[in-house]
Amino acid sequence: MTATSYDLLAASAFLTGLSEGHLRQLSYTASRCVFRAGSRVFAEGGHADRFWLINAGRIDLDTHVPGRGDVVVETLGPGAVLGWSWLFPPYRWHFGAFAPQTTFAVSLDASGVRRLCERDPALGYQLTSRFVQVVVERLQATRMRLLDLYKVPS
Amino acid sequence: MMPLPYRVTGRRQETSDTATLILEPVRQPMAAARPGQFSMVYAFGVGEVPISVSGPPDADLVVHTLRAVGAVTRALHDARVGQVLGLRGPYGTDWGLPVPVGSDLVIVGGGIGLAPLRPAVYHALDQRARYRRVAVLIGARTPDDLLFTKEYDDWRAGGVEVGVTVDRADTTWAGRVGVVPDLITGLEFAPESTVALVCGPEVMMRFTARALLRRGVPPAAVRVSLERNMHCGTALCGHCQLGPLLLCRDGPVVGYDRAQPLTGVKEL
Repeated sequence: MTATSYDLLAASAFLTGLSEGHLRQLSYTASRCVFRAGSRVFAEGGHADRFWLINAGRIDLDTHVPGRGDVVVETLGPGAVLGWSWLFPPYRWHFGAFAPQTTFAVSLDASGVRRLCERDPALGYQLTSRFVQVVVERLQATRMRLLDLYKVPS
Repeated sequence: MMPLPYRVTGRRQETSDTATLILEPVRQPMAAARPGQFSMVYAFGVGEVPISVSGPPDADLVVHTLRAVGAVTRALHDARVGQVLGLRGPYGTDWGLPVPVGSDLVIVGGGIGLAPLRPAVYHALDQRARYRRVAVLIGARTPDDLLFTKEYDDWRAGGVEVGVTVDRADTTWAGRVGVVPDLITGLEFAPESTVALVCGPEVMMRFTARALLRRGVPPAAVRVSLERNMHCGTALCGHCQLGPLLLCRDGPVVGYDRAQPLTGVKEL
């Protein structure tokens, strides 16, 4: 049997602990999607009108560096959330996203989710807490990379 | 305490500053090292350094992979086939293999830290049926700094999940970009029956151990390989003291339940 959007959201680690009612509301903004290997998910500076929960596959976040091409800055795998630029104005992607392999995800419509959050602050709080956690984890990972873990001590 | 003469019979350049030396005894061999143990390797006329064994347990052959970072390691890195080096050992604690039947084995190596773990990978391949899941997670600064890359496909073919990530990549790199603890987030394993072996720079081991603990792996089941200024190798000189531990004897492999409170103390 094919899993519905609700089933996929309920199975997502990112949304663990969300009430059935909140999952149901979110599912109305959600749809399943597949990114073929080699396809661009979004371009840097583009309109951030959705976010994704990655179920399988891999997404590379990249940025264009003159003379170096599209440089990958981070890789996201199954269980990760792709996109938070939809949360705050001006709703523009800070980096690009690319699928180097076939990737399965659930896509959520940003304006729909923002409307739900405005109507239901409890859902807004639940989602914001989860996104802050994601942002903190990525910040920590970035800090780790700033440490240059493998540098030979002088 | 006297170094035994070993002749370099093979040498492979792994990265721009890292080489693997295959050493055979000129006369009397040392005892076979267990995975995780180290030898004191002597470049005659230059000095002696502790280097973990990076090959399978073998009394007739010792394999060391080392990175040129100082005068002694530079001299060892530059050793040519036919040259004679001095070896003492094997010393220290090991990875504690085999771990119980049915365990998940998570092996995490950062940079040159993959070298002491390679014997554990060989063990896991050799006894693959003994374990439930076996994962090797590898991190490096750039793709050019990755060690043993030609073996990864063999490891995968042997039933080992291999995850590789680099901190920085160019456009030729098709793999993951990010820090090695991130690989733990998406890994499937049963935390309560997992044993993790971790080796790399101390700060990398700390973040990796935290990620494993967050997933529910007990601290004692996270084994880290600590390094200090090992000199004698026999717990006499005290140079490698870390709190109550003399790491040449009580380490290098230590459970994170013991290591965590010690590595958190500045300048210890």
